[in-house]
Amino acid sequence: MTGLNFVLRMAARELRAAPRRLLLLMGTVAVGVAALVAINSFTDNLQDSVRQQARALLGADLALVSRQAFTPRVEAVLDTLARRGRLARVTSFAGMAYVPRTAGTRLVQVAAVEGEYPFYGQIRTEPRNAWPELKTGRHVVIDPSLLTALNAGIGDTVALGEARFVITGTVQGAPSDAGVRFSLGPRIYIPARYLEETRLLGFGARVEHEAFLELPASVSAQALAERYRVPLRAERVRIRTVADDQRNLTDVLTRLTGYLGLVALIALLLGGIGVASAVIVFVRQRADSIAVLRCLGATSGSVFGIYLLESGVMGLAGSVAGAAAGVLVQRLLPGLLSGFLPVEVTPVLSWGAVGLGIGMGLWVALVFALLPLLAVRRVSPMSALRRPYESAAASWDWSSVLASLLLAGSTVVLAAHQVGSWRRGALFAAGIGVALLTLWAAAWALTRLLRRWLPAGWPYVWRQGLANLHRPANQTVTLVLAIGFGAFLLGTLYLIQYNLLRQLSVTGGPARPNLVLFDIQPDQLASVQQVLRDSGLPVTGAMPIVPMRIRSVKGRPVTELLASAPGEAGDGPSNAWVFRREYRSTYRDSVVGSERVVAGEWSSDGPAPARISVERDLAAELGVGVGDEIVWDVQGVPITTRVGSLREVEWARFEPNFFVVFAPGSLDAAPQTFVTLTRIADPAERGRFQRRLAERFGNVSTLDLSLLQEALEQLVERVVLAIRFMALFSLGVGILVLIGALATSRFQRVREGALLRTLGATRGQVFRVVLAEYLALGLLASTVALGLAAAAGWGVARFVFEGSFGLPVVPMSALTLFIVVVTVAVGLANSRDVVRRPPLEVLRDQ
Amino acid sequence: MLQCQSLSRTYRSAGHDLTVLKDITFSLEPGGFLAILGPSGSGKTTLLGLLAGLDRPTTGTVHLDGQELGGLSEDERARIRGDKVGFVFQAFQLIPTLTAQENVQVPMELRGDGGAAFRARELLARVGLAGREHHYASQLSGGEQQRVALARGFSIRPKVLFADEPTGNLDARTGATIINLMVELNRDLGTTLVLVTHDLDLASRARRTIRLADGSVVADSAA
Repeated sequence: MTGLNFVLRMAARELRAAPRRLLLLMGTVAVGVAALVAINSFTDNLQDSVRQQARALLGADLALVSRQAFTPRVEAVLDTLARRGRLARVTSFAGMAYVPRTAGTRLVQVAAVEGEYPFYGQIRTEPRNAWPELKTGRHVVIDPSLLTALNAGIGDTVALGEARFVITGTVQGAPSDAGVRFSLGPRIYIPARYLEETRLLGFGARVEHEAFLELPASVSAQALAERYRVPLRAERVRIRTVADDQRNLTDVLTRLTGYLGLVALIALLLGGIGVASAVIVFVRQRADSIAVLRCLGATSGSVFGIYLLESGVMGLAGSVAGAAAGVLVQRLLPGLLSGFLPVEVTPVLSWGAVGLGIGMGLWVALVFALLPLLAVRRVSPMSALRRPYESAAASWDWSSVLASLLLAGSTVVLAAHQVGSWRRGALFAAGIGVALLTLWAAAWALTRLLRRWLPAGWPYVWRQGLANLHRPANQTVTLVLAIGFGAFLLGTLYLIQYNLLRQLSVTGGPARPNLVLFDIQPDQLASVQQVLRDSGLPVTGAMPIVPMRIRSVKGRPVTELLASAPGEAGDGPSNAWVFRREYRSTYRDSVVGSERVVAGEWSSDGPAPARISVERDLAAELGVGVGDEIVWDVQGVPITTRVGSLREVEWARFEPNFFVVFAPGSLDAAPQTFVTLTRIADPAERGRFQRRLAERFGNVSTLDLSLLQEALEQLVERVVLAIRFMALFSLGVGILVLIGALATSRFQRVREGALLRTLGATRGQVFRVVLAEYLALGLLASTVALGLAAAAGWGVARFVFEGSFGLPVVPMSALTLFIVVVTVAVGLANSRDVVRRPPLEVLRDQ
Repeated sequence: MLQCQSLSRTYRSAGHDLTVLKDITFSLEPGGFLAILGPSGSGKTTLLGLLAGLDRPTTGTVHLDGQELGGLSEDERARIRGDKVGFVFQAFQLIPTLTAQENVQVPMELRGDGGAAFRARELLARVGLAGREHHYASQLSGGEQQRVALARGFSIRPKVLFADEPTGNLDARTGATIINLMVELNRDLGTTLVLVTHDLDLASRARRTIRLADGSVVADSAA
């Protein structure tokens, strides 16, 4: 007990003088924790705002979708659900719109709205109140392109079937995709109570019924969806939730959160190196006091305890300060970026993130302090009497092994927590291990090289400076490890950021087509393409589309497969659609950019039967693999095919993609239409073009993708901004750590410099000795580290974010140079005392 | 109080063996005052370190107050030091982050003694530093620092006080004050004193002198 008392009392006394001494430790922990708290809270907030965006995309918490009118049983479920919230309905179908004044006609997608749809997000209209006033009369709100296509204006009358409406406004922006997912033309919103009057819902009409539910916050839409998914499936009703929609955004989101998690982790690890550097300096400074305490009878354990406790208290103080700073930054962030953020991100103070940040900061401070603090136990009491004859061997006893294991284990746990997977956490930690080992080997090789080979012909100052790197008690290994590791983390981070941004720009480039032209007859194709070319518009290759159904799979007829499918609640009915649906397939001879062959081989020729390539998920649903046979029914004609390859398709890319792609030749004779894409940036121009096209080719339909694209582009922009901002954080910590690491080398060089000056060296000579040493250190550490970073960046880009890797040569060289300059600058700053003050004064102080 | 038998110490440094002490044997009675004399590099400080249990001999044994030190671990020896040994160093070695009084308290607190603060003030008054209790080492002169160190050395009423060139960093007058204080405390408390020095004047105050040269005893006034 007295031991503990002593430790507590001594630690408290030491702390009186500590703030100055351990400021660096506090500083780096603080910046690391600030980054962690700000990033984790910002990620939380960002996820919230994306969730809101996803909710706006759905317009509700829960939606029921069916191709047929809801059965009484479904209506009963809706009644039950609506009792706890609000219900709205949208019925969508295709119809012809006709404006009597201009005689303009157009195939449109009618959406009949009932209730307060959308519950989330906003349908922006021009004029503004057109949407709320839609239901007050025989009003319609339409896509602006339709106005142009019909040559109509606000206030004109439009006929839909047998009903007449007044156009009261245009839709400027609708986050929701209701009615557009299956749309065959521009949208036109009508109040649902006039639906019957149109008489367009006759037999055979292709109608989509959607019911939207807003639920109280206490009710989990996901849980309800799970409960009703199976029973409703039997009623041919599909349930959509925000989470379902979110899953479609997850590609971008998981990359973002994964990246941000890594940034926070790296900031914290950099903080850890800062702690280790500070403790190394600290232990060196306190060596005399430690020796005296040992002489006076303090056990190595209690001396260790004093300084561990001190590091812990400083770490805690740094963590608390950092958490406060993190909260502040996170508060300021949306304010600073309000001009850029498309939606309002409300900063919510997340006590969980704050608590976790403080806890992780303290833990990192302790774990990283542990290993250098163990040196305390090796301080011999004899050194209070005189300088030791023997240099204390850095022996590896069980406690340093334990401390190293703890450090490695903590890195794995922290990494796993931040990237959300044990496997990746372990890989991350292993990568760090390899980096450290390589840096150590490089430093060792350098000292060996310099010891053997240092040209005697070089000027004295250079030989002296470089020799400092291999002389006894040199700090080459420590400094190369600290500087190199910091540079490695910074470089890796930069490369990941660079490659992520590159990927995002590939996904969301400005040249993407935003207008789809479809139902083009084979004999119209050339003329349509000519019209595009005449209008100066980009033309993509036309894709043939052949509608077909499945006749048999692996020799089993579809009727048999369907008969065996229903009954079971599980997979049976769920995969029935793949046998029943109409496939719109294409044929071509090569793979396109949005797809990747994952099994088998893409072959366009070969022996009969014809080769096809099937989308991977569909193949799983169909239960087919490479080599299996599928017989198709193409307008009554059976076509036998063999699965040649499986493809992974990036559906989010807004390019026409296909479940099944045939080899050319097999479908040439089948009845087919063509699809082609183009891009028109200006909405009014887009409308005029659609009208011109409709005038010439009445049967060709167009689909405007721009609104949906805009919504996603805004999301991507926000992601890019967040990524850039977070990278700044880590740069800040990196510089602090670099300074901290170099501070460890201060003592030795100051004394040496003073001695050199006493012996007659000029300031300039001392300056150049220091320059030579740090230049060599900086060059070695930064080049090795950034080489490692290139390898790590490649690994992360390729395997974690599953994209391609590019190495930006100029910025990486700039980073290398930057690290060398900082190393040399801090090294020289460390020695400024030697140059500025008289040598005697320096020696007396030491 | 202190016996050493065939003591020798060899250091290994940069692949060479360096024998600093060779076959030292002597003993010292309780309350004795021994001065170890010798030129630089003769092994005085190494011998002091071995006698105080700061280091382990390569061969031979040291008994301090009847206890053999060689078989003990470093932490066990630390406990014995905390219980029975006081130190005064050439470079004073006050802990710079502690006040004068706290420096004196440390050995007592290590043992868990009660009334450490009171006794520390008393000791500081005894060495003429009343009113300076809350000064830090940097605020005291060399002589004052050594007096604080002396108060610290005697604070636990040690069985043996080891002093390594205690006046080496002080001028003659201040040094004399320190030695007078040590002799006084040796007399009043019955503490055994072991003093290492190369100063013959200083050594003449001791009741016994051992002279070292090249790591061996060349003269022992008791012999």
